[in-house]
Amino acid sequence: MAKISIKKLCLYYNGHQALRSINLDVTDKEIMAVIGPANSGKSSLLRALNRMYEIDYARISGEILLDGMDIFDIPINDLRRRIGIVFATPVVLPGSIRKNLSYGPKLHRRIGKAEVDELVYNALKSANLWDEVKDRLDDSASRLSGGQQQRLCIARTLAMHPEVILMDEPCSGLDPVSTAKIEATMLELKKDYTFVLVTNNTKQAARVSDRTAFFLLGELIEVGKTQKIFTRPVDTRTDDYIRGRFG
Amino acid sequence: MTFRIGPRTSQIIAYTILLLMTVIVVVVLFFIIFYILRNGVGQLTLEFLTDKTREMGKEGGILPSILGTIFITVFAILIATPLGVGSAVYLVEYTRGGMIRRIISFGADCLAGVPSIIFGLFGFIFFVITMNLGWSIVSGGLTLAVMIIPTIIRTAEEAIKSVPHSYREISYSLGGGKLDTIIRVVLPTALPGILTGIILGIGRAVGETAAVIFTAGSSLGLPTSVFSSTRTLAVHFYILAREGISMPKAYGTAAVLIIIILAINFIAYRLMHRFIARYY
Repeated sequence: MAKISIKKLCLYYNGHQALRSINLDVTDKEIMAVIGPANSGKSSLLRALNRMYEIDYARISGEILLDGMDIFDIPINDLRRRIGIVFATPVVLPGSIRKNLSYGPKLHRRIGKAEVDELVYNALKSANLWDEVKDRLDDSASRLSGGQQQRLCIARTLAMHPEVILMDEPCSGLDPVSTAKIEATMLELKKDYTFVLVTNNTKQAARVSDRTAFFLLGELIEVGKTQKIFTRPVDTRTDDYIRGRFG
Repeated sequence: MTFRIGPRTSQIIAYTILLLMTVIVVVVLFFIIFYILRNGVGQLTLEFLTDKTREMGKEGGILPSILGTIFITVFAILIATPLGVGSAVYLVEYTRGGMIRRIISFGADCLAGVPSIIFGLFGFIFFVITMNLGWSIVSGGLTLAVMIIPTIIRTAEEAIKSVPHSYREISYSLGGGKLDTIIRVVLPTALPGILTGIILGIGRAVGETAAVIFTAGSSLGLPTSVFSSTRTLAVHFYILAREGISMPKAYGTAAVLIIIILAINFIAYRLMHRFIARYY
């Protein structure tokens, strides 16, 4: 059974239709890359999955199932705990590294100091950040470098023990070394998590994803094994985009 | 050949003018403080600060006025802060910038510009007479609260608005509700700005005469309850100077008032810097 099942999904931002009847399944523990030029609806898709579109006052129609359950039947804080998101620009909350990591879990339940320490360790370890910051957990998170901040954002999402992690162009503002670290992290985490990775970097999609979906102007043009999409795409528009003829 | 000012010269001229303006402002400020302290500092003995006022202020100390000032200001801030910050949160977080927000903001701006004697008159009619609270710390405190709420609303509103939208988004994305987000992310981030508003409010309350003379009265006894009539330092100073009771005592009172205001600002800025250093 698909981890996430999207059926006839449309999304509207005050009058403008950003997604046009999308049907897409995301399999458990895969990395699904979503590629396409600007305005193709990639980010809108992510924001629909954990209902973040609601704070933009957007509307949707259609159906999204998480483990076969309609996401509107899941309490919203539960849904967002199970489907975490990492945004394009790393945004750390004011406060220490430790505070950033414990913020999410503390919203959902009371946790003691020992448990916070454990959770901080596990999240930073998984995000490949522990060795770099272990001596300054109580320093302000904003003093980290851009790449470190983005890995902290990933760690913050991991601290929630999500099932699905949405990545919205997570490397768009980062240098190649930081990008490589984040890609390595994703490949390591794949055994435990399902990823939906929106990226403007087609090479990145080719490097890390199992399957790739190509979006254009709010429509899903084609989805399939990443290798197939990048070598023998069915639609000529996919081919043109991947070869850099537009977008 | 025409005379032209080169870019280097114009830089120097601009720099000099701006420096001069700053110097004028600072010199005036320090002159006022220096002048009052020079005239008043001779009065500042322990007895002056801790003794009861005798013979309408010609003799004795100013303890009742110090206590009156503290009680009324604290009372006013305790009422104005939750109301003001609460309104600001409502305006920014719960109205989508529509008519309601514009009307309330406009109202707050108008209210902030109303002369304090109008508030005094309102407080006298409403709190002292209609609500039968009499000349008291309660009436004075409530009147000052009404007077400083607009300042607190406006500064808190700006502070809350300047909290990046992305912080809220992060909080929501981690499963936070609106209230969690406001309490745990928005308010702590906006706190330095909110504190600035509160400090401005304290400054206005401590130095106010017209609004309190009508509502808290000018009794010189030591306050025994919140329903006691009392006299603030500013009112005491005003009466001493205006009725020609004792100029030395008036300057002494003014010196105490200025020292209190400087101390409040100093402590508040220290707290704010410590807070900012810890969180950013």
